[in-house]
Amino acid sequence: MSHVVLNETAHQQEQGYEDAGSLSLFGFWVYLMTDCILFATLFATYAVLGQAVAGGPGGADLFELPYVLVETFLLLFSSITYGYAMLANHRRDKRRVLQWLGMTFVLGLGFIGMEINEFHHLIAEGHGPQRSAFLTGFFTLVGTHGLHVLIGLVWMAVLMIQVQQRGLCCVNSTRLSCLSLFWHFLDIVWICVFTVVYVFGVI
Amino acid sequence: MFGKLSWDAIPLGEPIIMYTLAVVGLIGLTGVGAITYKGKWTYLWKEWFTTVDHKRIGVMYIIVALVMLLRGFADALMMRTQQAMASDGSPGYLPPEHYDQIFTAHGVIMIFFMAMPFVVGLMNIVVPLQIGARDVAYPFLNSVSFWLFVAGALLVNLSLGVGEFARTGWVAYPPLSGIGYSPGVGVDYYIWSLQISGIGTLLTGLNFFVTILKMRTTGMTLFRMPVFTWTVLCTSILILAAFPILTATLFMLSLDRYLGMHFFTNEMGGNPMMYINLIWAWGHPEVYILILPAFGIFSEVASTFSRKRLFGYYSLVWATIVITVLSFIVWVHHFFTMGAGPNVNAFFGIMTMIIAVPTGVKIFTWLFTMYRGRVRFETPMLWTVGFIVTFSIGGMTGVLLAVPGADFLLHNSLFLIAHFHNVITGGAVFGYLCGLTYWFPKAFGFKLYDPLGRVAFWCWLTGFYFAFMPSYFLGFMGMTRRLNHFDVPQWRPFLLLEMLGVLIILCGVACQVMQLVVSIRKRHENRDHTGDPWDGRTLEWATASPPPFYNFAEQPTVDGIDAYWGMKERGVKTLVEADFRKIHMPCNTSLGVVIGVLSTVLGFALVWHIWWLVIVSLLATVATLIVRSYDQNTEYYVTAEEVERVETERRQLMAEA
Amino acid sequence: MTSESQVHSSAGASQSSPKAYNVGFLLAALLTLIPFGLAMYPSLPRSMTFLLVLACALVQIVVHVVFFLHLTTAREQRWNLVALVFTVVIILLLVGLSLWIMYYVHYNMLGL
Repeated sequence: MSHVVLNETAHQQEQGYEDAGSLSLFGFWVYLMTDCILFATLFATYAVLGQAVAGGPGGADLFELPYVLVETFLLLFSSITYGYAMLANHRRDKRRVLQWLGMTFVLGLGFIGMEINEFHHLIAEGHGPQRSAFLTGFFTLVGTHGLHVLIGLVWMAVLMIQVQQRGLCCVNSTRLSCLSLFWHFLDIVWICVFTVVYVFGVI
Repeated sequence: MFGKLSWDAIPLGEPIIMYTLAVVGLIGLTGVGAITYKGKWTYLWKEWFTTVDHKRIGVMYIIVALVMLLRGFADALMMRTQQAMASDGSPGYLPPEHYDQIFTAHGVIMIFFMAMPFVVGLMNIVVPLQIGARDVAYPFLNSVSFWLFVAGALLVNLSLGVGEFARTGWVAYPPLSGIGYSPGVGVDYYIWSLQISGIGTLLTGLNFFVTILKMRTTGMTLFRMPVFTWTVLCTSILILAAFPILTATLFMLSLDRYLGMHFFTNEMGGNPMMYINLIWAWGHPEVYILILPAFGIFSEVASTFSRKRLFGYYSLVWATIVITVLSFIVWVHHFFTMGAGPNVNAFFGIMTMIIAVPTGVKIFTWLFTMYRGRVRFETPMLWTVGFIVTFSIGGMTGVLLAVPGADFLLHNSLFLIAHFHNVITGGAVFGYLCGLTYWFPKAFGFKLYDPLGRVAFWCWLTGFYFAFMPSYFLGFMGMTRRLNHFDVPQWRPFLLLEMLGVLIILCGVACQVMQLVVSIRKRHENRDHTGDPWDGRTLEWATASPPPFYNFAEQPTVDGIDAYWGMKERGVKTLVEADFRKIHMPCNTSLGVVIGVLSTVLGFALVWHIWWLVIVSLLATVATLIVRSYDQNTEYYVTAEEVERVETERRQLMAEA
Repeated sequence: MTSESQVHSSAGASQSSPKAYNVGFLLAALLTLIPFGLAMYPSLPRSMTFLLVLACALVQIVVHVVFFLHLTTAREQRWNLVALVFTVVIILLLVGLSLWIMYYVHYNMLGL
């Protein structure tokens, strides 16, 4: 009975586990691709329902672009503050990581606050999601993005606590990278939102 | 406090349901009692419920799938009986409100809670072994996926005893599925059971996509993978791309129902056709998710039992890839009649015809594999030949339906029902039952008792033809689907023939149940110590049966297609290592079960509008995930001594055999 | 497990620098101001505005992907790129075909 020649696979097994971080990151990237398709479905629905105002107001009547511009810059700034947090992570500078993450959190919270305010106004004036199919599509698309941002903020808060407690160990570092992907992906979806919903809605 | 839930939710006035609940309750209590009596709860908890081992998770998936097969089949029996009775003014024994729930449940259960878990179970057991890996990429997520599926299945079963199920058909078109026309809880049960198990499925797709791409053993390039692994890779891609569409669409339906929004309503600008468009954009890839792994199974079996290398490996792989891509541009054929017009219909009709081509190529490659092979008609091979004939017929009727003009006459007639049962039963179900017979000895170390397996096959095959071929004729004669009763006497003989068919299938199912019992009883006589009872060609047969929990003491190096066959030709019967090393493995965890339980509670609370419970279970789920993120003991090392002990024990058993 | 190992993120973060983020930010800011400006102060024909805004959005997405997500054609990131391209194709098919279908479904209702 011949034996299989011993080879490098045993060593590679150990290497395989060092790459657990990159495996997580790749898997998260693939998950984000599925999230893109989820948003695409909502975008397609918004596009189909976009003119169905049921005798009520449309985008041009409701949207305030300067307000949305501020929201957009809040999110864009939060993207680079997260970027600086990632650079600090590579330098293993825990203090700076937490500072930049804190900034990102505040900016993200600001974005959510502005969005909740916008929704509140619209609903109070009778332009809620039940008013027409157009408004249904609007609230759902923009709201789903906001919900994702909110989840990202919860994740960020938990991660900040964990970094504070355990430092920038392997697992925390990987999770910071995953959240980074998530955060930038949300900014990309926002580009599509402000373009398709707000800007196209007005011009 | 309990939302819409009250004691009225229990259908005390429906004897059929109450008797069913009594029987199910009795069987459940007997099962629980038996386990308690034998003191096996600890064992079950530690070795099965909290496992992250892909092999055990796969077995659990299949067990639940088989149980759900019984329920879905019971629905079928009830429908056939009703239709056999309810002609010429007789109302039958099932009022429409009940009948509608039965055909809806039949479809939902068979697709989501029988076929999907069956195929996912087989994927789980086989793929990591076939690629020489130790486990999937994300073992914890694998456990979560399983328990989310169980949560969904529980919700569907709960709907029988507490409340009602949807009456809309298994795709639940609005406006019928909207709150206006379905104010009860049925559609809500439908939505949440699918959403919850759908997340599980998406995570499975993710898991296998990454596993196959990143965890293949040395030397196994993509084009040296077994065909089953290829089909699982493509299925995973389909899952990843299609299930988000389902999630989003059901989410929008639930917003309409819960918050009064207007995605798919008739008024205020809603557009029900958009639901139909989106649900089928998911729905078509879904049926390919069901069939592609079956094609993979048949490829493995055809090659093994023809004792010949698979003909046209590259054609099969490319055909699978082509089908994966094309399955995203055919979906309108599910609603040709609903107003898209000639240009749209023409495009999708042509695309549908084109997608039949790669499948046809596959049929020929399997035939050419058998041609001039030394064919052994073991039971898996019987299923394969049965499939080739049956599926070809079903596929051809599909091409017929792909012609929009023909479809205008045949849409939603029994011709359609015959077609999709032809391809799903004759294709997917035959495939899974074939795979079950083929890989059972790998998972458990003994073969299924063969004589009963053969009888079961012939019952399924004959029963299927009696149960569904008449439907083609009924479709041409104008009978539509989902009819509770009818007044056309010419149809009755055909329906009686179908009743006979279903009873023959029932014999087949009974044989399979008996087969399990007998096989388990005779397991010591039929024990296989070689790990390779069929003279297999792929890596899973190089391991023990069942494989050790770490799969391979040392991951093999591969240098060609049919890796194990190559090894056997070089005189290696099994992988034997002299130098054992420690192995990194994931720990078991109870959090998968916890998430499953919380999801069931969440789903139930959403169905019954118990808002405080919704919030509590959501928060608890988030808390569970946070707790998991704090866990630093998610992996451990198996010592080299332990590995040596397991491997030595195995070698001794093989020597004795 | 090793504790100090650099995380080799598939997003190639090890190649990033403050410069990448700063340049990316400036480009993104510009590509945001242009469409908002065109919408708030309409000065071009409507179809031109539409196309320009769309172009800015697409370019800004690429900017985010390159400068913030650090996605390149490097070998370690090959599957990430393949996944992204495949997703984009699926999205184009899903959205494009859906709009085509729904347009004709609506058209065939003859204005009802």
